[in-house]
Amino acid sequence: MAKSSVKNESSVKNFLYLFIFMMLIWLALTSSLHWQELIVGCVVSIVITFFLNSNYQPLGLPSLNLIKIFYIFIYLIVLFIEIVKANFDVAYRVLHPKMPIKPGVVIIKTSLRQDIAKLILANSITLTPGTFTLDIKKDKLLIHWIYVRSENIEDSTKLIGARFEKYLGKIFS
Amino acid sequence: MGIVGMIITGIGVLFLLLGNFGILRLPDVYNRIQAGTKCTTFGAFFTIVGIGILEPNWFWKCLLIAAFVLITNPISSHAIARASKIIGVLLCDKSVIDKTEEFKNEKGV
Repeated sequence: MAKSSVKNESSVKNFLYLFIFMMLIWLALTSSLHWQELIVGCVVSIVITFFLNSNYQPLGLPSLNLIKIFYIFIYLIVLFIEIVKANFDVAYRVLHPKMPIKPGVVIIKTSLRQDIAKLILANSITLTPGTFTLDIKKDKLLIHWIYVRSENIEDSTKLIGARFEKYLGKIFS
Repeated sequence: MGIVGMIITGIGVLFLLLGNFGILRLPDVYNRIQAGTKCTTFGAFFTIVGIGILEPNWFWKCLLIAAFVLITNPISSHAIARASKIIGVLLCDKSVIDKTEEFKNEKGV
């Protein structure tokens, strides 16, 4: 009995999160706060949420609280800085007359367990300086590196994955 | 406001141009995807946000499109790269290490 009520509570929470997310997208699309728009938005969001809720639960998205939202913000800022650095890095390598590249394919390890967390990690690695993800298998990632600085698994894990993993680990703990 | 929008759009266009240089100059498909992914994500993001600032009515819509580009662009480039790895496209001569075979035998946890 107690277990089912816990499950119920979490599904209501999921419903609310998805509803708020849909409502935010609606507000961005209409960009108006007129009451007619808001009512139509509410109805449409509830209908979509009602149909999609069961499809989103298997993804294993984490339940949110204030600390996790704080870490998500930090993560987004770190990611943005890395994206800017990545672009200047590529610009430097492309415009340099000798093209200082030393490409190679290396393996790194991750301690994340959930599929969605690994997906976010792989996407972040793709957007950061000089690296992108070729393949994932269990806890190993195959990475193409435009300038290989280290060939063994531990050092490359530290150089490539560690800066995101510490935040993602907190968000998905 | 107009000038800010134009500067941001200009930065985006500049990085798209650099991405093109990268695709022309780098030696093999994987390195080209590197340039292609990073510069097009950043360039498209800034171009779209710049247009949003130029036309304030479109700002939130543009932000939504930019977020969508930011999420989907790495996935599509990952799909291209993985497909070319599976077909067996070779790395260029400059490459120093290739752990693909080791990865194939990896059991994982």
